[in-house]
Amino acid sequence: MDIIETLKTLWEGSGFQSFFVNGGWKNLIMIVISCVLLYLGIKKKFEPLLLVGIAFGCLLVNLSYFGADSTDALYHPDLWTQFLDENSEYYHSYGNIMAHGGLLDILYIGVKAGVYPSLIFMGVGAMTDFGPLISNPKSLLLGAAAQMGVFLAFFGAVCLGFTGQEAASIGIIGGADGPTAIFLTTRLAPHLLGPIAIAAYSYMALIPMIQPPLMKLLTTKKEREVKMEQSRQVSKTEKIIFPIIVAMFVILLLPSTAPLVGCLMLGNLWRECGVTERLSDTVQNALMNIVTVFLGISVGATTAADKFLNLKTLMIIGLGLTAFCFSTIGGLLVGKIMYKLSGGKINPLIGSAGVSAVPMAARVSQMEGQKANPSNFLLMHAMGPNVAGVIGSAIAAGFLLAVFK
Amino acid sequence: MFNNIALAAENVGDKLSIGDAAITAIFGYSVVFFGLVILMVVLYCTGAYFKSKDAKANAATEKSAPVIKETPTAAPVAEQKLAPGSAGHVKLYDVPDKEAAMIMAIVADKLQKPLNELHFISIKEVK
Repeated sequence: MDIIETLKTLWEGSGFQSFFVNGGWKNLIMIVISCVLLYLGIKKKFEPLLLVGIAFGCLLVNLSYFGADSTDALYHPDLWTQFLDENSEYYHSYGNIMAHGGLLDILYIGVKAGVYPSLIFMGVGAMTDFGPLISNPKSLLLGAAAQMGVFLAFFGAVCLGFTGQEAASIGIIGGADGPTAIFLTTRLAPHLLGPIAIAAYSYMALIPMIQPPLMKLLTTKKEREVKMEQSRQVSKTEKIIFPIIVAMFVILLLPSTAPLVGCLMLGNLWRECGVTERLSDTVQNALMNIVTVFLGISVGATTAADKFLNLKTLMIIGLGLTAFCFSTIGGLLVGKIMYKLSGGKINPLIGSAGVSAVPMAARVSQMEGQKANPSNFLLMHAMGPNVAGVIGSAIAAGFLLAVFK
Repeated sequence: MFNNIALAAENVGDKLSIGDAAITAIFGYSVVFFGLVILMVVLYCTGAYFKSKDAKANAATEKSAPVIKETPTAAPVAEQKLAPGSAGHVKLYDVPDKEAAMIMAIVADKLQKPLNELHFISIKEVK
């Protein structure tokens, strides 16, 4: 046995050697980035349920991917390039993925087919109480206003040279709704999924840092101190009818929203109808957790170094932050208008909660309101715009999908 | 305007002109507002229907309820003074807002129920 030759073969077959050839250093950088994301998820608790999975998926894919020929790779970007190439014999062939893909390729099918984001929406629907929105339908205006960042970031992305499809996927980060961002991106610009998902979830986690300075900048102390009157009680029948009405109305308006809005409202109907408690419980807990596992790890898999480390990623991160800020500003401005029109009865701080991110954005409104006036309790008032934002971002995504698909 | 949107849709894989992007953005934002405003109107209509239905039901209950004559011996119950800051349905009797909020939060925590699923009628300090 030639020991030197054997050692050489082992070295050449190892991942360590790959870091030093064919741009393997990029994978090394991605491994460092994944460790930073793990730190943020675990230590700083930035959306840990998803970020830890995404970060570990990123780690796995960059540890195991060393070129298209690697049979040991967990994720094969080239298979997905063939999948999307109209001229390839494997165009839209899930069979090819199943036959030649690694573990993460197979899990990624659920993202590509839009299954995971829709199931997450089902869980979100089952966990959400739409009562504050039903009792105060004006909240829908704030949810609509807070989609401003989506369209401004879309415009900004086009100005920076992105295609319409890419710009639409970047803009939806401003909806502050992870599943919607993933759903739209997999349909319009799947090659940007990694940076967009990471930007969306990171900024959602950073909402307590991004929003308060803007809230203070755009509102006066007098406005922040406003105590709102308690909303009316919503009957059970209204809560049961609500998801049915919303599903019918929104899906008829924009059929492309059907997977997201349909699942959101089905989950909510299970919660409210009172005869499907087992299903509601499963969707809120077991199913949600299972899908989160698959979604996190397979989104992380899209962060292979050669696809992730480029100028576009930096631009997406910058545009995502812009989108978040302008969505907050949009909500606050309409909140201020409502404050004036209501004769000072509406606290404009609830406007910033229109950026989905349930319930984080509503909590930020509550905290800022209480800082201005310790006896102020805005949480339930802010939940109205907050859940309206979920519907608003789904409509925005449906519009962009209808235009650019 | 619609021609521009259609143009944008035709060239999805290509770069959009800044003018087309601006029109698409404004149109998209308007569609979101339109959709949610219509939904708001629908919610107001259903809300009004249910409110009137509740009012009718309450009126019917009041009518059918037996009239109980007050006995002359019953002492009139002294109206308790509300604490300042009582808002909406939660009546606070000699309890500051902050303490009331803490009590509600503790009750929600002990019951393992979200605060929005609980209905507090009044909070009174027992002396």
